Amino acid sequence: MTSTRRRARGRLPVVLVLPAVIGLAFLLVPLVGLLVRAPWSTLPERLAGESVGQALRLSLVCASLATVVCLVLGVPLAWLLARGDVPGRGLLRALVTVPLVLPPVVGGVALLFVLGRRGLLGQHLDAWFGISLPFTTAGVVLAEAFVAMPFLVISVEGALRAADPRYEEAAATLGASRWLAFRRVTLPSILPGVVAGTVLCWARALGEFGATITFAGNFPGETTTMPLAVYLALESDPESAIVLSVVLLLVSVGVLAALRDRWISGPS
Amino acid sequence: MRALALVALLVLAGCGERAPDGAVTGRITVFAAASLTGTFTRLGEDFEAANPGVDVVFNFGGSSGLARQIGQGAPADVFASAAPSTMAQVVDAGGTAAAPVTFARNRLEIAVPRGNPAGISGLADFGDADAKIALCAEQVPCGAAAKRAFDAAGITARPDTLEQDVKAVLTKVRLGEVDAALVYRTDVRSAAGEVEGIAFPGADGTVNDYVIAPLAAAPDDAGARAFVEHVRSDRGRAVLAEAGFDAP
Repeated sequence: MTSTRRRARGRLPVVLVLPAVIGLAFLLVPLVGLLVRAPWSTLPERLAGESVGQALRLSLVCASLATVVCLVLGVPLAWLLARGDVPGRGLLRALVTVPLVLPPVVGGVALLFVLGRRGLLGQHLDAWFGISLPFTTAGVVLAEAFVAMPFLVISVEGALRAADPRYEEAAATLGASRWLAFRRVTLPSILPGVVAGTVLCWARALGEFGATITFAGNFPGETTTMPLAVYLALESDPESAIVLSVVLLLVSVGVLAALRDRWISGPS
Repeated sequence: MRALALVALLVLAGCGERAPDGAVTGRITVFAAASLTGTFTRLGEDFEAANPGVDVVFNFGGSSGLARQIGQGAPADVFASAAPSTMAQVVDAGGTAAAPVTFARNRLEIAVPRGNPAGISGLADFGDADAKIALCAEQVPCGAAAKRAFDAAGITARPDTLEQDVKAVLTKVRLGEVDAALVYRTDVRSAAGEVEGIAFPGADGTVNDYVIAPLAAAPDDAGARAFVEHVRSDRGRAVLAEAGFDAP
């Protein structure tokens, strides 16, 4: 009796396995297509080109800076949404996710309306401080942060809501301030959620295209990140575009795999 | 977004046919350069009005991107390219049903935001490091034409951004994010009121030919040829001329 039950439990149900396998194939087959079409014989000389390294470096730097911006602003925002007693929290939570559903190009246009040279804030930045964000590397970081921050906020907020608030309350009864309790009790307990959100956020920023090209434009060495370089290479030299894509793919998979192993290897 | 348009076209295309009485019916799918958006939309409406039962569907985009989609088997009946070289890719792959013909010409013009706040007066201002300049990337036809203009004038342009198509360049001018840009004369015309155009000497060297051809894989061959004829008709020429195109 026990053995049959164990077997029943051990067998994977087809209704789950079949869609899972199809889902896996759906996600992986396009990547295989990329690898199959890659011009492996001429790969080294294409990679040696200066523009590839430049675009890759810029991509990694901008995605990392955008992630830092998202961490500094996004973790407190997630805390406010999960723990703060702010009116209309449900609406705020929905608004925070707007960049997720907004087409990135629209996000870029919206950023131009606010931070562009004639934008609501941008015109003052330009007139008072001589700061102009469009067409700069800082603009790339902003555009990426705008698109990627919701991923971080949602992950961290989810972790906060799943965390037991009684530990914080216990810390408070022992005399800890809310800030101390946040740093010493809450943050360590939600660290896996923060790391997962950070990884998602970085990955999203790395692949960002629409908001970047709309807000920051495209100039080699300053705003041409890998996705922009891929898009433009497609116009004239599809093989180079494939090479760039493969490089971006390998670098991101490498970084994500390394991070997963170190930080978010859950119970296996 | 392009991919989505392509999926929509895949679903929608392939239902054109010639009715028994010889009239053209069904759906005609036209892939056309982004700079033809305004004129071809109007010509499509004309064509639909003259041929009841015909539905003309457009996919506007950068010519080279469109050529690539056609090469990958996108179901298009007609291709109108902003550059003969892009059309040549389709011809070389055996993609056309008839020889491409030149139906219009376009030339570059300097575009500045309304009121010309930076006081741009000519091509030489494009070498000014302080001016915000947008150009098309050299990989797309408008960028190649801009390069010819600067080479001929002996000016080293100092752009702040190299956009992926001419409409993106125009948007930057419309929003006032750049002081000057090089776009087609037709683009300046289409944004009249927001954008001012400045002709420059040597623009004759930037003329590019627009070519059109029915496609071999056309699900609707008769419709494709009829639409090409419509573009080349007197009515077609008038619409194109009004938008600022030169006659071939």
